[in-house]
Amino acid sequence: MAATASPKSAEVRRRRLVAAAFLLPALVLLGALVVQPIGYSVYRSLFDRSGGTFVGADNYLEILRDDSIRTALRNTALWVVLAPTTATALGLIFAVLTERVRWGTAFKLLVFMPMAISMLAAGIIFRLVYDHDPHRGVANAVWVGVHDTFAESSAFPKARPGRDSPLVPADGGAFVTRDPVRAGVPVLLPLVGVAAEALPEGTRPAKAAGAEPGRVTGTAWQDFTRGGGGRTNTVDPAESAYAGMRIEAVKDGRVVDAATARADGTFTLSAKADGALLRLPASNFREAYSGVEWLGPALVTPAIIGAYVWMWAGFAMVLIGAGLAAVPRELLEAARVDGASEWQVFRRITVPLLAPVLAVVLVTLVINVMKIFDLVFVIAPGAVQDDANVLAFQLYRTSFGTNADPGLGSAIAVLLLALVAPVMFYNIRRMRREARR
Amino acid sequence: MNTVRGWAARAGGGVLRIFLVLAALFWLLPTLGLLISSFLSPTELNEGGWWRALTAPSKLTAENYERLLANDTITGSLLSTVAIAVPATLLVLVLGSLAGYAFAWLEFPGRDWLFLIVVGLLVVPVQVALIPVSELFGTIGLFETTAGVVLFHTAFGLPFAVFLLRNFFAQIPRELLEAARLDGAGELRLFARVVLPLGGPAIASLGIFQFLWVWNDMLVALVFADSANPPITVALQQQVRQFGNNIDVLAPGAFLSMVVPLVVFFAFQRQFVSGVMAGAIK
Repeated sequence: MAATASPKSAEVRRRRLVAAAFLLPALVLLGALVVQPIGYSVYRSLFDRSGGTFVGADNYLEILRDDSIRTALRNTALWVVLAPTTATALGLIFAVLTERVRWGTAFKLLVFMPMAISMLAAGIIFRLVYDHDPHRGVANAVWVGVHDTFAESSAFPKARPGRDSPLVPADGGAFVTRDPVRAGVPVLLPLVGVAAEALPEGTRPAKAAGAEPGRVTGTAWQDFTRGGGGRTNTVDPAESAYAGMRIEAVKDGRVVDAATARADGTFTLSAKADGALLRLPASNFREAYSGVEWLGPALVTPAIIGAYVWMWAGFAMVLIGAGLAAVPRELLEAARVDGASEWQVFRRITVPLLAPVLAVVLVTLVINVMKIFDLVFVIAPGAVQDDANVLAFQLYRTSFGTNADPGLGSAIAVLLLALVAPVMFYNIRRMRREARR
Repeated sequence: MNTVRGWAARAGGGVLRIFLVLAALFWLLPTLGLLISSFLSPTELNEGGWWRALTAPSKLTAENYERLLANDTITGSLLSTVAIAVPATLLVLVLGSLAGYAFAWLEFPGRDWLFLIVVGLLVVPVQVALIPVSELFGTIGLFETTAGVVLFHTAFGLPFAVFLLRNFFAQIPRELLEAARLDGAGELRLFARVVLPLGGPAIASLGIFQFLWVWNDMLVALVFADSANPPITVALQQQVRQFGNNIDVLAPGAFLSMVVPLVVFFAFQRQFVSGVMAGAIK
């Protein structure tokens, strides 16, 4: 392949000139903006912030010492372990499954679409998905919805006894009557503090409970008249009932009877409650569940990895799908005829045959993930950017802006390059082998 | 036995469909959420989730877009993006195909190892060049200029371009080139009349790939672009700080920035996919 050393005739010189003319523009750009910077980064990483003092390996040692860089290293490791494998696994599953449904092509298009958009746009999309407010972020809306289906939600958050109330706070957020109750004497359980719009829908005015011989009756309600005019510890006409409030009768620390307030706030307990204290358990007053803090310090990295998988599973799916198309159908059919289950076919035949494609996808994603920057920058809110830190982001923060340290930044750049170097050499070796063939 | 299997297969098929429908929702909802949000007024956005608009389409309004398009910063940044993406794509195509042709069909000393170096450069992260090139651009007056951003993108697009096109051009039958040479065509003419037309599909894939790459870039623009007139990604990124108070700006802004890539994606799906596959090692 290489040009043979021939006598330097005019023809050869002319050919070389032509080749140089074709190559030079590209090589000059590559040399000036890609190759030279590699050398310069290595050189610059040996000097301090100002560039005036040679510091040897100090910047590299600083990488190991600096807390924020160590977080970045740890997170980058987490990214490299989680993101490529998850995206590849999903891509594999999608590629195999979409072959069996009629709308497979539409599905593939949908999953592949995020590849076309910027990480910035994807970042904004997921910033909204992960918004903490369940009335805005769909992730928490679904999460809270599921949670409230299985766990009782409380109807009266922030309710508390008013002045001169017969109720006093008890352990764990419950409220309890000061004095034991008597059968035949209606009990008043007044609370205040629930905002009008926070009351359950369909709340009705409260009614004073009538006395019933041999039973404990009473009313649980919001002892507050909007606009004024209500009397303390009296069920006034416009005051709202606490429908559904749970009331327990407690004797010597044991619950002897319990009831739930009716739509008008009244309730009835049996004679067993005579002489007991009435308790409104804390479950009535728990703050509404507000969901998971997706972008809090603990979950921010997994959450951003989720957004990345959303973007790149389509890439894995398309590449694996192309590999799948090359798997001989007869082989799969033969195995099925021999009685292999679908799972066995997948595990024993499809996956091994796809191994080379899976390797390419994984390696590509690993390289890609090591350089991840935009998603972290956009999705992580300012307050948790330190927790979400990754190598490429740290490099940017170290190298630019106020307090920049180009020496340390260059050291991180060299580290990044060293991390992708194995793939670089693998590519070169593969190319050489192909050229020899 | 057969019926049991058939039943199991049917049940399995049902599970499979449910799984795929759920996955489809996972992929659809995030984008749909932002799309619907972009059509809700700031007051609506403050009152509750975008999903309420699914049952009340009358809430939707184009006022966010109208306001955004009247905003010179945003329209200016879209123009900046075009002014960067178009030349950076064309330059990569021109320089990449010239070099690709040279590596495939011209003979000169050191051709093979030079090509191997280019292959090695495929995976070099742009981050490595940020500090050195900003110092270089600072000295030659290209820092914070469109030309600087274009050159940087071109340089980092070239390894893949040369690699892809060299491999594609190498498959052109030798006889075709020899015949043209015998007819007395010079190399430039040969390149323009024979090689380029045959390389059409690879050049198209590469062009789409590079165009989307540059259009969607944020990091390079963040460092090198003119901060007074940045491309759309940087302009929007500056707004993200206030996320929560300005979804009415961010949501339509993100969609405006996505329109061009999505049109390109849907119009040239096949080329895009083959570009992605060829670029699997980038």
